[in-house]
Amino acid sequence: MKHITYTLLVSMALGVSGALAQGKQVIGVSIPSADHGWTGGVVYHANEAKKALEKQYPNATIIVKTAKDATEQANQIQDLYTVNKINTLVILPYESAPLTAPVANLKKQGVYTVVVDRGLTDASAQDAYVAGDNPGFGKVAAQYMGKEMGGKGNVVILRGIPTVIDNQRVDAFEAALKAQYPGVKVLDKKFGNWNRDDAFKVMQDYLTRFPKIDAVWASDDDMAVGVLRAIQQAKRTDVKLVLGGAGMKEMIKRVMDGNDKLIRANVTYPPSMIADAMKLAVAARVAGKAMPKSTIIPSVLVTKSNASKFYYPNSPF
Amino acid sequence: MSTPTTDPTATPRTARSVLARVGSLGPLLGLIAVALLATALNPDFASFANVSNVLTRAAFIGIIAVGATFVIISGGIDLSVGSLAALTAGTVILIMNALAPSLGSGVPTVMVGMLVALVVGALAGLAHGTLITRGRIEPFIVTLGTLGIFRAVLTYLSQGGSITLDLKLSDTYSPVYYGSVLGIPVPILVFVAVALLGGLVLNRTRYGRYVQAIGSNEQVARYAAIDVTRVKILTYVVQGVCVALATILYVPRLGSASPSTGLLWELEAIAAVIIGGTALRGGAGRVWGTVVGAVLLVTIENMLNLTNIISVYLNAAVQGVVIILVAFFQRGRR
Repeated sequence: MKHITYTLLVSMALGVSGALAQGKQVIGVSIPSADHGWTGGVVYHANEAKKALEKQYPNATIIVKTAKDATEQANQIQDLYTVNKINTLVILPYESAPLTAPVANLKKQGVYTVVVDRGLTDASAQDAYVAGDNPGFGKVAAQYMGKEMGGKGNVVILRGIPTVIDNQRVDAFEAALKAQYPGVKVLDKKFGNWNRDDAFKVMQDYLTRFPKIDAVWASDDDMAVGVLRAIQQAKRTDVKLVLGGAGMKEMIKRVMDGNDKLIRANVTYPPSMIADAMKLAVAARVAGKAMPKSTIIPSVLVTKSNASKFYYPNSPF
Repeated sequence: MSTPTTDPTATPRTARSVLARVGSLGPLLGLIAVALLATALNPDFASFANVSNVLTRAAFIGIIAVGATFVIISGGIDLSVGSLAALTAGTVILIMNALAPSLGSGVPTVMVGMLVALVVGALAGLAHGTLITRGRIEPFIVTLGTLGIFRAVLTYLSQGGSITLDLKLSDTYSPVYYGSVLGIPVPILVFVAVALLGGLVLNRTRYGRYVQAIGSNEQVARYAAIDVTRVKILTYVVQGVCVALATILYVPRLGSASPSTGLLWELEAIAAVIIGGTALRGGAGRVWGTVVGAVLLVTIENMLNLTNIISVYLNAAVQGVVIILVAFFQRGRR
């Protein structure tokens, strides 16, 4: 249902014609700089959306800024307000807590604030919230893996970085397994820091420690790269399935081609959510309407049949 | 091991020097203790496969740390090694990918890639050394600057994503990491060779003596007609080449470089050097200690992965405790 609502919203938003444009809109977009694959994707999609939206709405000016940490981002949105005179802010905060006050401050000055992915600690500071579905990310993964494993076997988990996002994903994964596939046993869950090298090491040690592993929930495509190499090196054939996540183009391609026996599916957590948030924000502002308070972009299972829809060959991620 | 005997209270060879001797074995004793503990917790630790995994992983940081030993003994520091490794990896992959259509995906392309790595590493070292000596800027500042520059350039080249080696090239190149000679993985062999060579240069050559003299007292070294500038520049070049060697081994492992490649390697390398018994203020040090330090750091991580006794949130704390303990047992040497 959620998915349908979301699709409807986006198509409605896009359906609003540029002719309705009233007054000049200056939209500031503040995102983390491209320091790893996923944020690289965010920067790419933000810039693509800027091009498309400025063409569609001649009255709208969009300014995309990247920040390398929370402090820089807080200064940046202040500059966006005083120097660029923005009346709408779309922000993917580096961290929730340190940016809550700066965003609340802008809202007080009359800026319409749209927060993406990481909700502020004080929800009243945001006019609208657009986010990925972290519990859904874990749940979809667990349901797919449980089914593929025939409801039994051993699975190891590689977690990301200790954060709320990671906890929500892993908790939902384990809850879904317990509820629907109690025969699947989680051998261990350790942090791979969403990093290829760390995942490689953790997987090597899992392979040393556990003589029989049926499946690996790498929970991220970068980590899946390291996991695959470790399995290859150990020449282990007991592992039958590796599930990454987030929709990195190389992994989506493998799912699409269907040649990789281990990588048969993916779960999305799309960096393009920044583009969706920008589209919704611009459309709503131009039409002079409010955005829905909260828009959740569902995590979807990607298999061979629908992979082409999630493949962005030009994106860095 | 040429600690200058400037101690005014220098007593004859008594209990004190015995203590110092035991203290100097601190890192080795620490490593043995950790290894015994790990074996007790999980017997798989001592399996050949696991030990070779551990040593292979230690090779990256270890090789870089051998270079860092020279820099630190000479009284300098290089914070940029992790970023340099990332940038070198990215550059090498891009160049090999670009050469593949004309030169083929065979050994020649890989050789060119390796050569490029060495040149990039040496040039970076040369730049560091020159800025530090002739430019008279603190090494901490110069290499902190390049730490940012190198990583930013890699991030720019990769557009925040990853740079991936062509699949065919990856097959040709992979034996450099995954291959083995007489059952011993190639990275371990390279690590041993680099360590032996490093130890030899540091203790048995004039250059090695100069490095220690400069770190001990730069002014006196100058009076002794040592070409301080040249020797110092060379230490940074040695460091750069060591980073390049580590990168040459690293690239075939994952066949990719991304902005998170080599993150915090500088701290691990410096930690390995200091755990090994080299003084952070320079003047004295030893390569074998560095090797033990690097292996110790990796072993702790490996032990924690092989067991489940401690919350994963506390991994870094365990490493911290061991580092401080080992340093504590060496304090007699200061």
